[in-house]
Amino acid sequence: MNDLDAEDRLHFEQLVLPHIDAAFNLARWLLRRREDSEEVAQEALLRACRFFRGFRGEDVRAWLLQIVRNTCYSWLEKNRPRELMVEFDEERHLQPVATPESIAITNNDRERLTRALEALPSRFREVIVLRELEGCSYREIATIMSIPIGTVMSSLSRARRQLYFALADPSCKEAVREV
Amino acid sequence: MRCDFADSLLQGYFDCELSAASADEFERHLEDCVACASELVELDILSARLKVAPLYEVAPPSLKKRIRTSLRPVTRTTAIPRQLLWHLLAAAALVVLVIVGWRLRLAFHTDDYRAELATEMVDAHVRSLRPGHLTEIHSSDGQAVNEWFKEKLSFAFPARDFGKDGFALRGGRVDFVDNRSVAVLVYAHIGYPINVFIWPTRERGTSSHAGSLQSYQWIDWRKGKLEFCAISEASAADLQQLRRLFIE
Repeated sequence: MNDLDAEDRLHFEQLVLPHIDAAFNLARWLLRRREDSEEVAQEALLRACRFFRGFRGEDVRAWLLQIVRNTCYSWLEKNRPRELMVEFDEERHLQPVATPESIAITNNDRERLTRALEALPSRFREVIVLRELEGCSYREIATIMSIPIGTVMSSLSRARRQLYFALADPSCKEAVREV
Repeated sequence: MRCDFADSLLQGYFDCELSAASADEFERHLEDCVACASELVELDILSARLKVAPLYEVAPPSLKKRIRTSLRPVTRTTAIPRQLLWHLLAAAALVVLVIVGWRLRLAFHTDDYRAELATEMVDAHVRSLRPGHLTEIHSSDGQAVNEWFKEKLSFAFPARDFGKDGFALRGGRVDFVDNRSVAVLVYAHIGYPINVFIWPTRERGTSSHAGSLQSYQWIDWRKGKLEFCAISEASAADLQQLRRLFIE
Protein backbone atom coordinates (compact mmCIF):
# COMPACT_ATOMS: atom_id res chain seq x y z
CA MET A 1 0.00 0.00 0.00
CA ASN A 2 2.85 2.26 0.73
CA ASP A 3 4.00 2.19 -2.86
CA LEU A 4 1.52 4.85 -3.91
CA ASP A 5 1.85 8.47 -2.93
CA ALA A 6 -1.19 10.51 -2.01
CA GLU A 7 -1.83 11.67 -5.55
CA ASP A 8 -1.65 8.18 -7.05
CA ARG A 9 -3.92 6.90 -4.34
CA LEU A 10 -6.53 9.52 -5.11
CA HIS A 11 -6.22 8.64 -8.77
CA PHE A 12 -6.64 4.96 -7.93
CA GLU A 13 -9.73 5.69 -5.87
CA GLN A 14 -11.32 7.65 -8.67
CA LEU A 15 -10.47 5.24 -11.48
CA VAL A 16 -10.50 1.77 -9.99
CA LEU A 17 -12.84 1.80 -7.01
CA PRO A 18 -15.98 2.39 -9.12
CA HIS A 19 -15.39 -1.14 -10.45
CA ILE A 20 -15.49 -2.93 -7.08
CA ASP A 21 -18.89 -4.39 -8.00
CA ALA A 22 -17.53 -5.80 -11.27
CA ALA A 23 -14.58 -7.29 -9.40
CA PHE A 24 -16.78 -8.87 -6.79
CA ASN A 25 -19.30 -10.21 -9.33
CA LEU A 26 -16.60 -11.93 -11.38
CA ALA A 27 -14.98 -13.42 -8.27
CA ARG A 28 -18.35 -14.58 -6.99
CA TRP A 29 -19.08 -16.54 -10.17
CA LEU A 30 -15.58 -17.91 -10.54
CA LEU A 31 -15.37 -19.09 -6.94
CA ARG A 32 -19.07 -19.87 -6.52
CA ARG A 33 -19.04 -18.84 -2.87
CA ARG A 34 -19.77 -15.38 -1.59
CA GLU A 35 -17.55 -15.60 1.52
CA ASP A 36 -14.50 -16.58 -0.48
CA SER A 37 -15.29 -13.97 -3.10
CA GLU A 38 -15.08 -11.17 -0.57
CA GLU A 39 -11.64 -12.28 0.52
CA VAL A 40 -10.34 -12.76 -3.01
CA ALA A 41 -11.90 -9.58 -4.41
CA GLN A 42 -10.24 -7.63 -1.63
CA GLU A 43 -6.90 -9.28 -2.34
CA ALA A 44 -7.27 -8.50 -6.04
CA LEU A 45 -7.99 -4.84 -5.30
CA LEU A 46 -4.91 -4.61 -3.12
CA ARG A 47 -2.86 -6.21 -5.86
CA ALA A 48 -4.29 -3.77 -8.36
CA CYS A 49 -3.22 -0.96 -6.05
CA ARG A 50 0.31 -2.33 -5.93
CA PHE A 51 0.51 -2.58 -9.71
CA PHE A 52 -1.32 0.68 -10.35
CA ARG A 53 1.83 2.61 -11.18
CA GLY A 54 2.34 0.24 -14.09
CA PHE A 55 -1.13 0.84 -15.49
CA ARG A 56 -0.96 2.91 -18.66
CA GLY A 57 -3.94 1.58 -20.57
CA GLU A 58 -7.35 3.09 -21.08
CA ASP A 59 -9.69 0.32 -20.08
CA VAL A 60 -9.46 0.26 -16.32
CA ARG A 61 -12.27 -2.25 -15.90
CA ALA A 62 -10.65 -4.83 -18.18
CA TRP A 63 -7.31 -4.30 -16.45
CA LEU A 64 -8.86 -4.79 -13.03
CA LEU A 65 -10.91 -7.82 -14.08
CA GLN A 66 -7.80 -9.43 -15.50
CA ILE A 67 -6.17 -9.11 -12.08
CA VAL A 68 -9.33 -10.42 -10.39
CA ARG A 69 -9.38 -13.40 -12.70
CA ASN A 70 -5.72 -14.24 -12.07
CA THR A 71 -6.17 -13.84 -8.35
CA CYS A 72 -9.19 -16.16 -8.43
CA TYR A 73 -7.32 -18.88 -10.28
CA SER A 74 -4.29 -18.64 -7.99
CA TRP A 75 -6.64 -18.88 -5.05
CA LEU A 76 -8.43 -21.89 -6.51
CA GLU A 77 -5.14 -23.60 -7.24
CA LYS A 78 -4.12 -23.15 -3.65
CA ASN A 79 -7.39 -23.82 -1.89
CA ARG A 80 -9.47 -26.03 -4.17
CA PRO A 81 -7.06 -27.68 -6.60
CA ARG A 82 -9.39 -30.58 -7.23
CA GLU A 83 -11.99 -28.30 -8.72
CA LEU A 84 -9.59 -27.12 -11.39
CA MET A 85 -8.46 -30.68 -12.22
CA VAL A 86 -12.02 -31.76 -12.84
CA GLU A 87 -12.59 -28.89 -15.19
CA PHE A 88 -9.88 -29.90 -17.61
CA ASP A 89 -12.37 -32.45 -18.77
CA GLU A 90 -14.91 -29.89 -19.80
CA GLU A 91 -17.21 -31.98 -21.88
CA ARG A 92 -17.39 -34.80 -19.37
CA HIS A 93 -19.99 -33.41 -17.09
CA LEU A 94 -22.98 -31.85 -18.60
CA GLN A 95 -24.91 -32.31 -15.43
CA PRO A 96 -28.64 -32.22 -15.70
CA VAL A 97 -29.26 -29.13 -13.66
CA ALA A 98 -32.95 -28.79 -14.22
CA THR A 99 -34.20 -32.18 -13.20
CA PRO A 100 -37.95 -32.44 -12.66
CA GLU A 101 -37.28 -32.75 -8.90
CA SER A 102 -35.25 -29.59 -8.71
CA ILE A 103 -37.91 -27.76 -10.66
CA ALA A 104 -40.51 -28.96 -8.21
CA ILE A 105 -38.37 -27.87 -5.29
CA THR A 106 -37.76 -24.44 -6.64
CA ASN A 107 -39.77 -22.67 -9.18
CA ASN A 108 -37.60 -19.67 -8.86
CA ASP A 109 -35.90 -18.89 -12.15
CA ARG A 110 -33.03 -17.07 -10.52
CA GLU A 111 -32.23 -20.13 -8.44
CA ARG A 112 -32.27 -22.35 -11.52
CA LEU A 113 -30.12 -19.98 -13.51
CA THR A 114 -27.66 -19.69 -10.66
CA ARG A 115 -27.26 -23.42 -10.41
CA ALA A 116 -27.03 -23.89 -14.17
CA LEU A 117 -24.37 -21.20 -14.44
CA GLU A 118 -22.43 -22.61 -11.51
CA ALA A 119 -22.46 -26.04 -13.14
CA LEU A 120 -20.71 -24.73 -16.26
CA PRO A 121 -16.96 -25.29 -16.58
CA SER A 122 -15.23 -22.18 -15.27
CA ARG A 123 -13.98 -21.00 -18.67
CA PHE A 124 -17.52 -21.03 -20.03
CA ARG A 125 -18.89 -19.48 -16.87
CA GLU A 126 -16.41 -16.65 -17.25
CA VAL A 127 -17.39 -15.71 -20.79
CA ILE A 128 -21.07 -15.76 -19.88
CA VAL A 129 -20.52 -13.57 -16.82
CA LEU A 130 -18.28 -11.13 -18.70
CA ARG A 131 -20.56 -10.87 -21.71
CA GLU A 132 -24.09 -11.27 -20.38
CA LEU A 133 -23.76 -9.82 -16.89
CA GLU A 134 -20.86 -7.41 -17.19
CA GLY A 135 -21.54 -6.37 -20.80
CA CYS A 136 -17.89 -6.58 -21.87
CA SER A 137 -16.93 -6.32 -25.53
CA TYR A 138 -15.17 -9.22 -27.23
CA ARG A 139 -11.95 -7.24 -27.14
CA GLU A 140 -12.27 -6.71 -23.39
CA ILE A 141 -13.04 -10.38 -22.80
CA ALA A 142 -10.01 -11.32 -24.92
CA THR A 143 -7.83 -9.04 -22.77
CA ILE A 144 -9.24 -10.25 -19.49
CA MET A 145 -8.96 -13.95 -20.33
CA SER A 146 -5.79 -13.61 -22.41
CA ILE A 147 -7.27 -15.45 -25.39
CA PRO A 148 -7.74 -14.49 -29.07
CA ILE A 149 -11.06 -12.92 -30.12
CA GLY A 150 -11.88 -16.00 -32.21
CA THR A 151 -11.66 -18.09 -29.08
CA VAL A 152 -13.94 -15.64 -27.27
CA MET A 153 -16.59 -16.29 -29.92
CA SER A 154 -16.31 -20.05 -29.92
CA SER A 155 -16.24 -20.20 -26.12
CA LEU A 156 -19.31 -18.01 -25.94
CA SER A 157 -21.05 -20.20 -28.45
CA ARG A 158 -20.38 -23.39 -26.55
CA ALA A 159 -21.09 -21.81 -23.18
CA ARG A 160 -24.43 -20.44 -24.34
CA ARG A 161 -25.42 -23.72 -25.88
CA GLN A 162 -24.61 -25.68 -22.73
CA LEU A 163 -26.45 -23.21 -20.59
CA TYR A 164 -29.46 -23.05 -22.86
CA PHE A 165 -29.96 -26.81 -22.85
CA ALA A 166 -29.22 -27.15 -19.16
CA LEU A 167 -32.01 -24.68 -18.54
CA ALA A 168 -34.54 -25.91 -21.02
CA ASP A 169 -37.36 -27.76 -19.40
CA PRO A 170 -36.75 -31.43 -20.28
CA SER A 171 -40.28 -31.86 -21.55
CA CYS A 172 -40.04 -29.07 -24.09
CA LYS A 173 -36.38 -29.55 -25.02
CA GLU A 174 -37.27 -31.33 -28.21
CA ALA A 175 -39.87 -28.79 -29.11
CA VAL A 176 -37.32 -26.02 -28.78
CA ARG A 177 -34.87 -27.89 -30.96
CA GLU A 178 -37.46 -28.18 -33.65
CA VAL A 179 -38.34 -24.48 -33.83
CA MET B 1 -27.53 -29.93 -37.49
CA ARG B 2 -25.71 -26.83 -36.43
CA CYS B 3 -24.53 -24.49 -39.09
CA ASP B 4 -20.82 -23.83 -39.62
CA PHE B 5 -21.41 -20.19 -38.78
CA ALA B 6 -22.94 -20.94 -35.39
CA ASP B 7 -19.66 -20.75 -33.48
CA SER B 8 -18.43 -17.56 -35.05
CA LEU B 9 -20.51 -15.14 -37.14
CA LEU B 10 -23.74 -16.02 -35.38
CA GLN B 11 -22.32 -15.05 -31.98
CA GLY B 12 -20.72 -11.89 -33.33
CA TYR B 13 -23.94 -10.91 -35.07
CA PHE B 14 -25.98 -11.47 -31.92
CA ASP B 15 -23.54 -9.42 -29.83
CA CYS B 16 -23.29 -6.63 -32.44
CA GLU B 17 -19.57 -7.24 -32.73
CA LEU B 18 -19.39 -7.77 -36.50
CA SER B 19 -18.18 -5.22 -39.02
CA ALA B 20 -20.91 -3.86 -41.33
CA ALA B 21 -19.67 -6.05 -44.16
CA SER B 22 -19.66 -9.22 -42.08
CA ALA B 23 -23.08 -8.39 -40.68
CA ASP B 24 -24.46 -8.01 -44.22
CA GLU B 25 -22.91 -11.29 -45.21
CA PHE B 26 -24.45 -13.03 -42.23
CA GLU B 27 -27.89 -11.51 -42.87
CA ARG B 28 -27.83 -12.86 -46.41
CA HIS B 29 -26.95 -16.26 -44.98
CA LEU B 30 -29.75 -15.95 -42.44
CA GLU B 31 -32.37 -15.75 -45.18
CA ASP B 32 -31.74 -19.40 -46.04
CA CYS B 33 -30.49 -20.92 -42.77
CA VAL B 34 -33.24 -22.06 -40.44
CA ALA B 35 -30.74 -23.46 -37.92
CA CYS B 36 -29.06 -20.09 -37.41
CA ALA B 37 -32.40 -18.26 -37.28
CA SER B 38 -33.67 -20.54 -34.54
CA GLU B 39 -30.40 -20.36 -32.63
CA LEU B 40 -30.61 -16.57 -32.68
CA VAL B 41 -33.99 -16.89 -30.98
CA GLU B 42 -32.48 -19.21 -28.38
CA LEU B 43 -29.64 -16.80 -27.69
CA ASP B 44 -32.14 -14.03 -27.22
CA ILE B 45 -34.26 -16.05 -24.80
CA LEU B 46 -31.20 -17.04 -22.78
CA SER B 47 -29.81 -13.52 -22.66
CA ALA B 48 -33.17 -12.13 -21.54
CA ARG B 49 -33.48 -14.73 -18.81
CA LEU B 50 -30.00 -13.99 -17.51
CA LYS B 51 -30.72 -10.28 -17.41
CA VAL B 52 -34.12 -10.55 -15.80
CA ALA B 53 -33.01 -12.97 -13.06
CA PRO B 54 -30.95 -10.83 -12.00
CA LEU B 55 -27.71 -12.67 -11.49
CA TYR B 56 -25.36 -9.74 -11.11
CA GLU B 57 -24.12 -9.66 -7.53
CA VAL B 58 -22.84 -6.37 -6.22
CA ALA B 59 -20.14 -6.17 -3.58
CA PRO B 60 -21.46 -6.03 0.00
CA PRO B 61 -21.05 -2.59 1.60
CA SER B 62 -18.75 -4.07 4.25
CA LEU B 63 -16.28 -5.12 1.54
CA LYS B 64 -16.34 -1.70 -0.08
CA LYS B 65 -15.68 -0.15 3.28
CA ARG B 66 -12.82 -2.53 4.05
CA ILE B 67 -11.16 -1.84 0.73
CA ARG B 68 -11.49 1.92 1.11
CA THR B 69 -10.07 1.72 4.62
CA SER B 70 -7.11 -0.37 3.56
CA LEU B 71 -6.29 2.18 0.87
CA ARG B 72 -6.14 4.84 3.55
CA PRO B 73 -8.77 7.52 3.29
CA VAL B 74 -7.14 10.28 1.33
CA THR B 75 -10.27 12.29 0.63
CA ARG B 76 -12.03 11.54 3.87
CA THR B 77 -12.45 14.43 6.20
CA THR B 78 -14.93 13.02 8.69
CA ALA B 79 -13.95 11.84 12.14
CA ILE B 80 -12.51 8.41 12.90
CA PRO B 81 -14.96 5.51 13.22
CA ARG B 82 -17.00 5.76 16.37
CA GLN B 83 -15.96 2.28 17.46
CA LEU B 84 -12.28 3.16 17.34
CA LEU B 85 -12.97 6.32 19.29
CA TRP B 86 -14.69 4.26 21.97
CA HIS B 87 -11.71 1.93 22.17
CA LEU B 88 -9.45 4.90 22.62
CA LEU B 89 -11.68 6.35 25.26
CA ALA B 90 -11.85 2.99 27.02
CA ALA B 91 -8.07 2.76 26.97
CA ALA B 92 -7.84 6.28 28.32
CA ALA B 93 -10.31 5.42 31.06
CA LEU B 94 -8.26 2.37 32.05
CA VAL B 95 -5.16 4.47 32.41
CA VAL B 96 -7.13 6.82 34.58
CA LEU B 97 -8.20 4.07 36.96
CA VAL B 98 -4.60 3.41 37.88
CA ILE B 99 -4.10 6.96 39.04
CA VAL B 100 -5.47 7.61 42.51
CA GLY B 101 -6.70 10.55 44.53
CA TRP B 102 -7.36 14.04 43.33
CA ARG B 103 -5.48 13.58 40.08
CA LEU B 104 -8.14 11.23 38.84
CA ARG B 105 -10.49 13.82 37.41
CA LEU B 106 -7.75 15.89 35.91
CA ALA B 107 -6.10 12.89 34.29
CA PHE B 108 -9.36 11.77 32.76
CA HIS B 109 -9.88 15.16 31.27
CA THR B 110 -6.36 15.16 29.83
CA ASP B 111 -6.51 11.73 28.21
CA ASP B 112 -9.92 12.37 26.79
CA TYR B 113 -8.65 15.59 25.35
CA ARG B 114 -5.59 13.83 23.94
CA ALA B 115 -7.63 11.20 22.13
CA GLU B 116 -9.75 13.90 20.58
CA LEU B 117 -6.74 15.95 19.67
CA ALA B 118 -5.05 12.96 18.01
CA THR B 119 -8.17 12.48 15.90
CA GLU B 120 -8.13 16.11 14.81
CA MET B 121 -4.44 15.96 14.03
CA VAL B 122 -4.84 12.83 11.94
CA ASP B 123 -7.66 14.48 10.01
CA ALA B 124 -5.51 17.53 9.42
CA HIS B 125 -2.65 15.28 8.33
CA VAL B 126 -4.87 13.43 5.87
CA ARG B 127 -6.21 16.73 4.51
CA SER B 128 -2.66 17.96 3.99
CA LEU B 129 -1.82 14.95 1.80
CA ARG B 130 -4.13 16.13 -0.95
CA PRO B 131 -2.11 17.45 -3.84
CA GLY B 132 -0.91 21.00 -3.20
CA HIS B 133 -2.01 21.17 0.42
CA LEU B 134 1.17 20.15 2.21
CA THR B 135 3.11 23.40 2.28
CA GLU B 136 2.30 27.08 1.84
CA ILE B 137 5.94 28.00 1.97
CA HIS B 138 8.13 25.48 0.26
CA SER B 139 11.70 25.77 1.52
CA SER B 140 14.38 23.74 3.26
CA ASP B 141 15.87 26.94 4.67
CA GLY B 142 14.87 27.23 8.34
CA GLN B 143 15.52 30.97 8.36
CA ALA B 144 13.22 31.59 5.42
CA VAL B 145 10.48 29.47 6.96
CA ASN B 146 10.83 31.39 10.23
CA GLU B 147 10.48 34.70 8.44
CA TRP B 148 7.37 33.48 6.68
CA PHE B 149 5.71 32.40 9.93
CA LYS B 150 6.63 35.61 11.75
CA GLU B 151 3.96 37.62 9.98
CA LYS B 152 1.24 35.03 10.37
CA LEU B 153 1.43 33.91 13.98
CA SER B 154 1.45 35.45 17.42
CA PHE B 155 4.03 32.98 18.67
CA ALA B 156 7.55 32.15 17.53
CA PHE B 157 9.61 28.98 17.35
CA PRO B 158 12.79 28.01 15.57
CA ALA B 159 12.27 26.11 12.34
CA ARG B 160 15.28 23.91 11.69
CA ASP B 161 16.29 21.55 8.95
CA PHE B 162 17.46 18.12 10.13
CA GLY B 163 18.45 16.94 6.67
CA LYS B 164 21.72 15.43 7.84
CA ASP B 165 19.79 13.28 10.36
CA GLY B 166 17.38 12.10 7.70
CA PHE B 167 14.58 14.59 8.35
CA ALA B 168 14.67 17.16 5.60
CA LEU B 169 12.67 20.34 6.12
CA ARG B 170 10.22 20.81 3.26
CA GLY B 171 8.46 23.94 4.39
CA GLY B 172 5.50 24.99 6.44
CA ARG B 173 1.90 26.13 6.47
CA VAL B 174 -0.68 27.50 8.83
CA ASP B 175 -3.45 25.02 9.58
CA PHE B 176 -6.59 25.18 11.65
CA VAL B 177 -6.93 22.50 14.33
CA ASP B 178 -8.99 22.36 17.49
CA ASN B 179 -10.55 25.72 16.65
CA ARG B 180 -7.29 27.62 16.45
CA SER B 181 -4.52 28.45 14.04
CA VAL B 182 -1.50 26.25 14.43
CA ALA B 183 1.88 26.31 12.75
CA VAL B 184 2.88 23.23 10.81
CA LEU B 185 6.41 22.32 9.87
CA VAL B 186 6.66 19.70 7.15
CA TYR B 187 9.51 17.22 7.03
CA ALA B 188 10.27 14.36 4.69
CA HIS B 189 11.71 11.13 6.01
CA ILE B 190 12.44 8.20 3.64
CA GLY B 191 9.61 9.32 1.42
CA TYR B 192 7.05 9.91 4.17
CA PRO B 193 5.77 13.38 4.80
CA ILE B 194 5.75 14.31 8.49
CA ASN B 195 3.56 17.10 9.80
CA VAL B 196 4.73 18.73 13.03
CA PHE B 197 1.88 20.81 14.48
CA ILE B 198 2.95 23.56 16.87
CA TRP B 199 0.81 25.79 19.07
CA PRO B 200 1.14 27.69 22.35
CA THR B 201 0.02 25.91 25.50
CA ARG B 202 -0.47 26.99 29.08
CA GLU B 203 -0.30 23.47 30.43
CA ARG B 204 2.86 22.50 32.21
CA GLY B 205 4.50 19.12 32.39
CA THR B 206 6.86 17.91 29.73
CA SER B 207 5.78 14.28 29.45
CA SER B 208 5.47 12.98 25.93
CA HIS B 209 2.64 10.87 24.57
CA ALA B 210 2.47 8.71 21.48
CA GLY B 211 -0.02 6.50 19.75
CA SER B 212 -1.33 5.37 16.41
CA LEU B 213 -4.58 6.01 14.67
CA GLN B 214 -5.76 4.69 11.28
CA SER B 215 -2.24 3.44 10.59
CA TYR B 216 -0.76 6.88 11.29
CA GLN B 217 1.68 7.37 14.16
CA TRP B 218 1.48 10.42 16.36
CA ILE B 219 3.66 11.74 19.13
CA ASP B 220 3.10 14.78 21.23
CA TRP B 221 5.46 16.70 23.51
CA ARG B 222 5.94 20.11 25.10
CA LYS B 223 8.87 22.43 25.18
CA GLY B 224 8.83 25.86 26.75
CA LYS B 225 5.37 27.25 26.25
CA LEU B 226 4.75 25.34 23.07
CA GLU B 227 3.10 22.01 22.37
CA PHE B 228 4.27 19.88 19.46
CA CYS B 229 2.51 17.00 17.75
CA ALA B 230 4.14 15.04 14.92
CA ILE B 231 2.04 12.80 12.65
CA SER B 232 3.17 10.51 9.89
CA GLU B 233 3.05 7.11 8.28
CA ALA B 234 6.69 6.73 9.30
CA SER B 235 7.40 4.44 12.26
CA ALA B 236 6.97 5.41 15.91
CA ALA B 237 10.76 5.14 16.38
CA ASP B 238 11.32 7.63 13.56
CA LEU B 239 8.98 10.11 15.21
CA GLN B 240 10.77 9.64 18.54
CA GLN B 241 14.01 10.48 16.82
CA LEU B 242 12.50 13.62 15.35
CA ARG B 243 11.22 14.61 18.80
CA ARG B 244 14.73 14.27 20.22
CA LEU B 245 16.09 16.49 17.46
CA PHE B 246 13.48 19.10 18.33
CA ILE B 247 14.22 19.00 22.04
CA GLU B 248 18.00 19.22 21.70
